[in-house]
Amino acid sequence: MQFPPTIPFLEWAWDDLLFIMLAGIMLAAAFFVVVGRDIVRSGLAMILAFGALAGIYVLAGAIIVAAAQVLIYIGAISVLILFAIMLTQTKAGPATLVFHRQAWAGGLAALGLTVLIITAIINTDWPQRVHERLWTATAEIGLLLFQDGLYVVALQVIAVLITAAVVGGVFLAKPEDVPDPGEGPR
Amino acid sequence: MAQSLEAYLILSGLLFSIGTFGFLARRNAIAMLMSIELMLNAVNLAVIAFGAFTPQLQAHAALIALFVMAVAAAEATVGLAIVIAIYRNRRTPLVDEYASMRE
Repeated sequence: MQFPPTIPFLEWAWDDLLFIMLAGIMLAAAFFVVVGRDIVRSGLAMILAFGALAGIYVLAGAIIVAAAQVLIYIGAISVLILFAIMLTQTKAGPATLVFHRQAWAGGLAALGLTVLIITAIINTDWPQRVHERLWTATAEIGLLLFQDGLYVVALQVIAVLITAAVVGGVFLAKPEDVPDPGEGPR
Repeated sequence: MAQSLEAYLILSGLLFSIGTFGFLARRNAIAMLMSIELMLNAVNLAVIAFGAFTPQLQAHAALIALFVMAVAAAEATVGLAIVIAIYRNRRTPLVDEYASMRE
């Protein structure tokens, strides 16, 4: 069976349908993250938003970034946040007020930001556009990172930063006085 | 639509605005951190979109996005550790009850 080049009746490319679906899923999930009453569900919706965003990266041709998105965001950061939620949730959590009382001001600010960004995007004449997206060459990234020396310093700084963050995180989250094991529940 | 830079940028702007609203409006410190993650993702999407439509920037855009992800991971680690450390003293994750930190 021959696959039609565009969607029947609508005359869109299949890419467009995929983009709209992924964008819709991502925005809906992100909105649920922000307004959801139960914060555990917010955390799970955040995983969905990250996954849809990985799909959008693939559509934009950045496969290596999509893979890193799945590994780092879905695999590491989401798990970290879910564990932090479990450690800090109180029984009264979902029942209390979700938003600040001044949340309307935050809503107004976000709305103003939306209008500002979209107006700026529409009114700018973006130069240097191509009409056919290219796939990112992963080999080129490796060469840029290690051979050409453009990003070597940045890579080392990131390594130091992550080490410092891990050590700092352990130091901050460690109890002040760890009792001897076997001396009762911590 | 998937072939136009504006669509990606508008999507990124919408995601950033949602994150901004969450950061300003939520009371839970962890929900605020999740909103920050959404904003960082929006920035990444914008960078990737610019790279995808400018061939000589493409590998650089992917690298910048990867660096942003690494910094986001570090930020999440430290932020969540701070939230847990405060929770141990205050027994609440709600930021408006941390008011005595001002004094």
